[in-house]
Amino acid sequence: MIDLSHIDDTDIRAEEFLQAVRDGQQVEADDWMPEEYRFRVSRFIEMHANSEIMGALPERDWILRAPTLQRKLAVTAKIQDEVGHAQLLYRLVEDLGKPREQIYADLIAGKSKFHNVFHYPTKSWGDVGIIAWLVDAAAVISQAALQRSSYAPYARTMRRICWEEAFHLKHGEDIVLTAMMGTQTQRELIQEALNRWWEPLMMFYGPPSPPEKDKDLDWHIKSKPNESLRQEFLTKYVPRIREIGLTIPDPELRFDEAAGRWLYSEIDWDKLVAISRGHGPASEQRLGFRRLTYDETAWVRSAINGGNELVA
Amino acid sequence: MAVYEVFRQEELHEPPAHAGSVEAPNDELAAQYAREVYSRRGEALRLWVVPRLAITQVEDPDFLNSPIERDYRMGQGYRITVAKRRQLRSTEGTAS
Repeated sequence: MIDLSHIDDTDIRAEEFLQAVRDGQQVEADDWMPEEYRFRVSRFIEMHANSEIMGALPERDWILRAPTLQRKLAVTAKIQDEVGHAQLLYRLVEDLGKPREQIYADLIAGKSKFHNVFHYPTKSWGDVGIIAWLVDAAAVISQAALQRSSYAPYARTMRRICWEEAFHLKHGEDIVLTAMMGTQTQRELIQEALNRWWEPLMMFYGPPSPPEKDKDLDWHIKSKPNESLRQEFLTKYVPRIREIGLTIPDPELRFDEAAGRWLYSEIDWDKLVAISRGHGPASEQRLGFRRLTYDETAWVRSAINGGNELVA
Repeated sequence: MAVYEVFRQEELHEPPAHAGSVEAPNDELAAQYAREVYSRRGEALRLWVVPRLAITQVEDPDFLNSPIERDYRMGQGYRITVAKRRQLRSTEGTAS
């Protein structure tokens, strides 16, 4: 914890605090925090929590359409995990001062953000495999880095989340490998899904942002810059994707030995901004579904709360 | 609604460790939520689900830490015994 009780001046306290987090010190829930740090860490975790709960929706569609019982059980278990992760993370945001009702109201009103990848529709079983393998892989890379977040409750929660995510990747990879070992139709299903998911995957980590421009990075709320996460993802997964016979739909994608990094087609960051603001192909449909279920389950919340105020 | 802190004991002879918190309207639902959120894969042998208000947090450094050195309470405060033993061994050794 960071103890600044000996400093009376708030501005000096804030400076000392920020220097402490830059030096790698960690913050606990009941430490004094500058308002902006509290706001930023709360918003960061809220976006993560919202992404978990919105992320359950694309996969939910496939529980009834899974090709085998084992896949049905695995998809259901994965969704259970995602909702459980949302529960863990919403608790952290509540402890930072935002009530659950407000968090949920902002989400379904379209005022809060959630990750771009959950604004896209799923069109086939191929999507289920590609998402569970590669989208979860992308998330695991950033989540592993978040285990060193300056906000200690978040860092600890990330350790549990990372542990639970382990099967998600394997399950996704198993779906993809099984299809790639199958018929031509099955192989094409996966390739077609990859063709659609490559762009959202490349956008997933956001635009490159140096610490001077990214306070979340400067204050160690997140510990690795966006571009280095993206490079890590490419280094790990491009070979694994190609070696099973899939083609990555970016002719510019290659590793530049001299620069020591992956080069790729220019990303349209304005498109990411639009999607994050709820203009993705499935954004309205998903938020609409959340609004519907929120209304439909009001009686459950009321019953749990003994007929008193409604909570999410 | 109240916040409950959840402690999870995973191994028979290990102490319960803090796992996180849940918010619930009563003890019974708190136990349900604690199992769902913190032991979904059956990791827990036992859960302690405790209202946060029941916990007293003690963290005043002046209260917790003594202002004077107390290395007489620690094994490492007795490293001098190495040199003393060495010295005794050498004097005993030269005695007939």
